[in-house]
Amino acid sequence: MHIERLVEMINDIAANQVADPDNAVDVITSHLKRFWDPRMRAQIIAHAEQGGVGMAAEAKAAVARLSL
Amino acid sequence: MRCIDESDLGTPAVNAAELVTLTIDGHSVTVPKGTSLMRAAALAGIGVPKLCATDSLEPFGSCRLCLVEVEGMKGTPASCTTPAAAGMKVTTQNDRLATLRRNVMELYISDHPLDCLTCPANGHCELQDMAGAVGLREVRYGYAGENHCSLPKDESNPYFTFDASKCIVCSRCVRACADVQGTFALTIAGRGFDSHVSAGVEQSFLASDCVSCGACVQACPTATLSEKSIIARGQPEHSVVTTCAYCGVGCSFRAEMKGAEVIRMVPSQDGQANRGHSCVKGRFAFGYATHPDRITSPMIRASIHEPWREVSWEEAIAHAASELKRIQAKYGKDAVGGITSSRCTNEETYLVQKLVRAAFGNNNVDTCARVCHSPTGYGLKQTLGESAGTQAFDSVEQADVIMVIGANPTDGHPVFASRMIQRLRAGAKLIVIDPRSIDLVRMPHVAAAHHLKLKPGTNVALVNAIAHVIVTEKLVDEAFVAKRCEGPAFEKWKHFISGDEHAPEQTEAVTGVPAADVRAVARLYATGGNAAIYYGLGVTEHSQGSTTVMGIANLALATGNLGREGVGVNPLRGQNNVQGSCDMGSFPHEFPGYRHVSDSATRILFEAAWGVHLDAEPGLRIPNMFEAALDGSFRALYVQGEDIAQSDPDTQHVTAALEAMECIIVQDLFLNETAKFAHVFLPGSSFLEKDGTFTNAERRISRVRKVMPPLGGKADWEATLALSAALGYAMHYTHPSEIMDEIARLTPSFAGVSFARIDELGSIQWPCNDETPTGTPTMHEETFTRGLGRFMLTPYVPTHERSNDKYPLILTTGRILSQYNVGAQTRRTSNSLWHEEDRLEIHPHDAETRGVVDGDWVGIKSRAGETVLRARVSEAVQPGVVYTTFHFPESGANVITTEHSDWATNCPEYKVTAVQVVKVTHPSAWQERYRRFSDEQKKFLDERATLSR
Repeated sequence: MHIERLVEMINDIAANQVADPDNAVDVITSHLKRFWDPRMRAQIIAHAEQGGVGMAAEAKAAVARLSL
Repeated sequence: MRCIDESDLGTPAVNAAELVTLTIDGHSVTVPKGTSLMRAAALAGIGVPKLCATDSLEPFGSCRLCLVEVEGMKGTPASCTTPAAAGMKVTTQNDRLATLRRNVMELYISDHPLDCLTCPANGHCELQDMAGAVGLREVRYGYAGENHCSLPKDESNPYFTFDASKCIVCSRCVRACADVQGTFALTIAGRGFDSHVSAGVEQSFLASDCVSCGACVQACPTATLSEKSIIARGQPEHSVVTTCAYCGVGCSFRAEMKGAEVIRMVPSQDGQANRGHSCVKGRFAFGYATHPDRITSPMIRASIHEPWREVSWEEAIAHAASELKRIQAKYGKDAVGGITSSRCTNEETYLVQKLVRAAFGNNNVDTCARVCHSPTGYGLKQTLGESAGTQAFDSVEQADVIMVIGANPTDGHPVFASRMIQRLRAGAKLIVIDPRSIDLVRMPHVAAAHHLKLKPGTNVALVNAIAHVIVTEKLVDEAFVAKRCEGPAFEKWKHFISGDEHAPEQTEAVTGVPAADVRAVARLYATGGNAAIYYGLGVTEHSQGSTTVMGIANLALATGNLGREGVGVNPLRGQNNVQGSCDMGSFPHEFPGYRHVSDSATRILFEAAWGVHLDAEPGLRIPNMFEAALDGSFRALYVQGEDIAQSDPDTQHVTAALEAMECIIVQDLFLNETAKFAHVFLPGSSFLEKDGTFTNAERRISRVRKVMPPLGGKADWEATLALSAALGYAMHYTHPSEIMDEIARLTPSFAGVSFARIDELGSIQWPCNDETPTGTPTMHEETFTRGLGRFMLTPYVPTHERSNDKYPLILTTGRILSQYNVGAQTRRTSNSLWHEEDRLEIHPHDAETRGVVDGDWVGIKSRAGETVLRARVSEAVQPGVVYTTFHFPESGANVITTEHSDWATNCPEYKVTAVQVVKVTHPSAWQERYRRFSDEQKKFLDERATLSR
């Protein structure tokens, strides 16, 4: 999949957590686990591991938890 | 003409707790207080002659045929307008009454063509019946006097004829148009002998405001208003109750038949969703089912650039299974998937998701709800705990305030709109939140108290502003919140929504809605009594669709407008079975009953029942499938009854993805746009050709009953069974009722549902189980499905799609009354007479600055693509906003829409596309390519016939 599209999607999820920053990373992580196909998660993990160009900070943090 | 198999009790039922007992012709009768004498008599099996009365309309008392005698009362009161009272003694038949009735009938018959034997209503004409009932043997006045017998027919409507010569001016049609439909297209013009039914101001029916709902035709006691199908084919001989396959209202109809031929569809008086009413689509637009374009033989081809080859079902299924196996062997088990259809039955969607999960071995299943109401599922699950609307349609009768957000009920859900209009005319207040001036804003005898004409894409900001007023002006129902909602979540939300950034004075610049109007709406919603929200795709099809749904639920929670009749959060579902297809586990992350695939207990339950290992990871959503197709990891797709090439956004992206796949299996009635990219075509079956159930927007499960054999030889569920068996996973069902039995065994909210139970109750609103054995009209009465209601934080995040100098206008899309979604059905009916092409609505100001006049061809260009439509200059849209429908593939409405989607569900943002509009003289490059491709595909289809000869 186009990584730019996945980055836009995860950033949109992150942007919608702006009102609750304390829980944002948890929510994003949970969302990715519940709604993203494994190949999408694998791709965003790989992108994050290469620096995560374009990813919001909360998105990167959430993906880092996915990798654990 | 009323349905051939229904009786008529003369006047509507009265819903009163108090009963009264009276005597009619010596028989003791007990009825609810307020019941008419006519109905009371009918309930006792005593027929009182009548002409102007029918039980779908309030009594009128004009024909003077239903006169009775009541002991102690002077004269002969009309039984239709006289309420039954305790102790009354009523006589319906004696010599005096018989003479009066004969005299009345003599007058009627003296001015009526006596062509009964060749009349389309012969045998089902109430005038004819009454002549017999009163014993009319002669007409003393003769027939040579002045009369109306030579008046011309109005045959302008494609579905029915108005033969004025047969009209008795009973006003039933006029009253049906006003009181049932709410259109007021008909009136009685002239006075005395000149009185006559007039459509509009002496216009033809087609030229008038008539919306062809059929209520007048059904109400007509003679052949004055007759279906052309009955005139042409004669009267039906039996009827079968079934459910409409158009919108999410899910109207109950009687299919009136001659053998296996549908003569007409008549709304069932017992229909619990539609209460005897219908619209132009369900009532008349069923001819697509037998249209010559139907493809009734399976076809295969190796490449989309080759002609089709007609084959047997066995060969087509074997080929499809072989391709799926080959692709899975080569690219992995996750390289294939399926799409269920909201136009198919619950049982069929259940089977397709079962096929994908059990036979394909993955969770790559999705449904067209992805592109319409997936945010409803997400948002209501988060806040209330269940992915469904909270009320029955009947609930609107108890509403004091009706808020319509991003929906156009008179076009999208017309039968429910009529119910809503009836309530508004009775005094309920209306709030409309919509960028367009939809018909409900101002129509005969209905005017919105408020129309918040917001800028597209700013729903969340506006809903938050309403919530801000409710909180800061202390309009919260504190007792409800304390008892029914999570305290910490409410406090957090209260703090969030109280922020100054949500004040209407702050959001005004974003939404374009004056602060004072927002404050007035908030006060009305919070304090106006029972307040109900009805919303549509104008809420969900945004980058923040899910957020708006949660914001709407927040409003209802904060004001205590949940858990009883007259209130609630009501998504108006687009297609007939969108609710059902979602209920049946069509989403890639959920099993039937909205249980996540990672939930071990649920997965174990299904593994045991299905005898296979099931994947615990979510699969691909439809837009993800397209992306994966383009990167090569997704190579085959089984599409049942869905036209993604026309309906999904960013058409060129979608068609590129379809072209990239190695095997697309389409099961449909017609060679739709998606089928043009297919390698296997399996003939689909219409709703008339199979048994099953649909679930409408109010969670009502209704029976679909087979009235004719499948034209292609198999019902859709049978084709899915065959494909599954060919893949090595045999499913053993001999009838759809057995599929529903399995659904009930595995899904707690359906535990009490069976075909037998539906037949017994008429329909069932889920949840239906041991606690609610007759179903649940109103949800969340004592507790929410999730226990306590949860307020969710709803920050406004502007869409990425912005207007600028290059794309200065915002395009929004929608649908119209006479056409239905991609138009595959309605375009193949006479409904196209009302809407023969998609047009671009543009405000006069925007048109003038571009030199565009009504009817001009205009190019509409977005960041995604360009298409050309004719302009309709209209003040229905505000300056800066343009609007179009998407019913014709050549329009290319979705060539323009973008890949932006809801953050939570990937529901496309159809409602906000930045565009430029310019006057042009030629079709767009895409339209030229489309025409060439379509012509080629049509040729391939035509050559199929040649090859098979």
